[in-house]
Amino acid sequence: MTQLILFDTFNGLIVGAFYALMALGLSLIMNLSGVINFAHGGFLAIGGYLAFTLMPFVGFWGGLVLAPILTAAIGLVVERFLIRPLYGRDPLYSLLLTFGLAYIFEDGTRYIWGAQSLPYQIPTVLSSPLSSQFFFLTGYRLFMVVLVAVAVGALFFILKYTRLGVRIRAGTLDLETVSVLGVNVRILRNLNFGLGIYLAGLAGVLAAGMLGLQPTVGSSLIMPSFVAIIVGGLGSLPGTLLGGLLIGVASGLTTVFFPSATEAVMYIMMGLVLLVRPRGLLGEEGRF
Amino acid sequence: METLNRQTANIIVWLLLLAMPFWIKALGGYTELCTQVLVYALAAMALNFLLGFTGVLSFGHAAYFGLGAYGVAMTIKYLVASTPLALLVGIVVGTIAAAIIGWLIVNLRGVYFAMVTIAFGQVFYFITFRWNNVTGGDDGLTGWSRVPIDLGFTRIDILHNPTAFYYVVLAIFAVAVGIMAFLLRSPFGRTLLAIRENERRARFLGIPVERHIWLSFLISCLFVSLAGGLYALLNNFVDPRALRWDMSGNFVIIAVLGGMRSFWGPMIGAAIFVVLQDYVSSMTENWMSFLGLFFVLIVLFFPRGVLGILRRKSLS
Repeated sequence: MTQLILFDTFNGLIVGAFYALMALGLSLIMNLSGVINFAHGGFLAIGGYLAFTLMPFVGFWGGLVLAPILTAAIGLVVERFLIRPLYGRDPLYSLLLTFGLAYIFEDGTRYIWGAQSLPYQIPTVLSSPLSSQFFFLTGYRLFMVVLVAVAVGALFFILKYTRLGVRIRAGTLDLETVSVLGVNVRILRNLNFGLGIYLAGLAGVLAAGMLGLQPTVGSSLIMPSFVAIIVGGLGSLPGTLLGGLLIGVASGLTTVFFPSATEAVMYIMMGLVLLVRPRGLLGEEGRF
Repeated sequence: METLNRQTANIIVWLLLLAMPFWIKALGGYTELCTQVLVYALAAMALNFLLGFTGVLSFGHAAYFGLGAYGVAMTIKYLVASTPLALLVGIVVGTIAAAIIGWLIVNLRGVYFAMVTIAFGQVFYFITFRWNNVTGGDDGLTGWSRVPIDLGFTRIDILHNPTAFYYVVLAIFAVAVGIMAFLLRSPFGRTLLAIRENERRARFLGIPVERHIWLSFLISCLFVSLAGGLYALLNNFVDPRALRWDMSGNFVIIAVLGGMRSFWGPMIGAAIFVVLQDYVSSMTENWMSFLGLFFVLIVLFFPRGVLGILRRKSLS
């Protein structure tokens, strides 16, 4: 029993790390541009499929490096030509646009790569269990957790210490002043969008190794990411991270005791948070 | 002059709707298609009560649509074989859920409100999806059908006569739309418009903004669950897709396409949407890509909708 609980907690942590990686990208984009990127899951799927396609040429490690960068490049183009015209309009329109993009991405991946699930080969170094007692602790799972931790660490480093990061944070608080101070806000929003999509692409490559590849992989991960943002608190990136891990572990633990409520539990958490603390766990008072 | 125009427009709309089963066949359609237009129109107009006239962005209305649909289907299948009672149960279920969720989210605004409604929309999807033995899970709820309505002096066979069913739906639609129009003209409706235009000013005038938004959400969800109930009756079937997020998106795009600042806008949007869906799905398997492209194009080039553009033309 202990082992089962341990197994599901760890599983939940991994799933939560996914949610967090997705949700951090969503949060970045929403905080600076006020856009709910519904196509985020679609970008995730593209990241995974690109890695799959690149694998024969550059191997697993090359795919891990290249696929998220290519996905981010697609993100930059999408932002430039489709989303930029919508800034300053009712958020309804950007939401509808990304909604449409989500459809196109999902159907597009199905068209190009087929509807059936594709296996994603991971190096044998990573696929064997680390010890026989903790059979669930394969190298890949551990590797994923470490990689997510590194990515999140790098993101927070960028935001805290680089010029781009400082501008993003400042723009989140007061975009107009940042613009008046001579920062090109268009480029800032563009790069910020690309950064968010990079995280989605990275999550996509990791998800491919863990869950296999299906066209619907994105739409199944996006809803929990919304919940993670709401639980953690809109406007707070540490909150988003915490929210993602929390709902991941919570649904992992629910799998042990009451498997059919695995999805329901995160919505119950969301309801409770909204009831007790509407701004979310680490959200700032009065921002929304 | 303006009121005269509006009256003429109303008369034309109702005449077209009354005669629809006759002229649609000339255009290559069929009666069920007309009923579908009415159902989608009712759902989108109900959503627009909130979206266009209160200025609150809900992206989770499929949840209440689906609850209405499941309420109707499960009542007929498990409880009592009566169409009016089933519709009543569907409405009550949807509205109660909306009352609770609305109460939780009414303090949120803008993007945050939209995101929470999206997330909450999925709760009921997972419940119906997981609760196999009662809801039929992914396969949907079958083994039931709409029941002829017994009025005492006569019997309307809505099961075997699609035209009769169309007129029953039209009658319900007329009552629902009439109530919404009446509400929008009342002081309550004017207050909603005031909130949409300037929430802060409305608040300073002493209007309890949260209570008004909550009521508007409730009314909107009430009529959406009615539409959901009719949708279940129309198909004699319901599955979890009726309450998934893409259905919510469809309602919003219908409202935007027709013009969300006008009362009849969503109706026009619904007609275009349903006919396109029927036509394109029969032509290609990639309906999803087409729909996505449709979303993108409307947002980029057509954000005011059909009636918005017509109105602007007539002004200039």
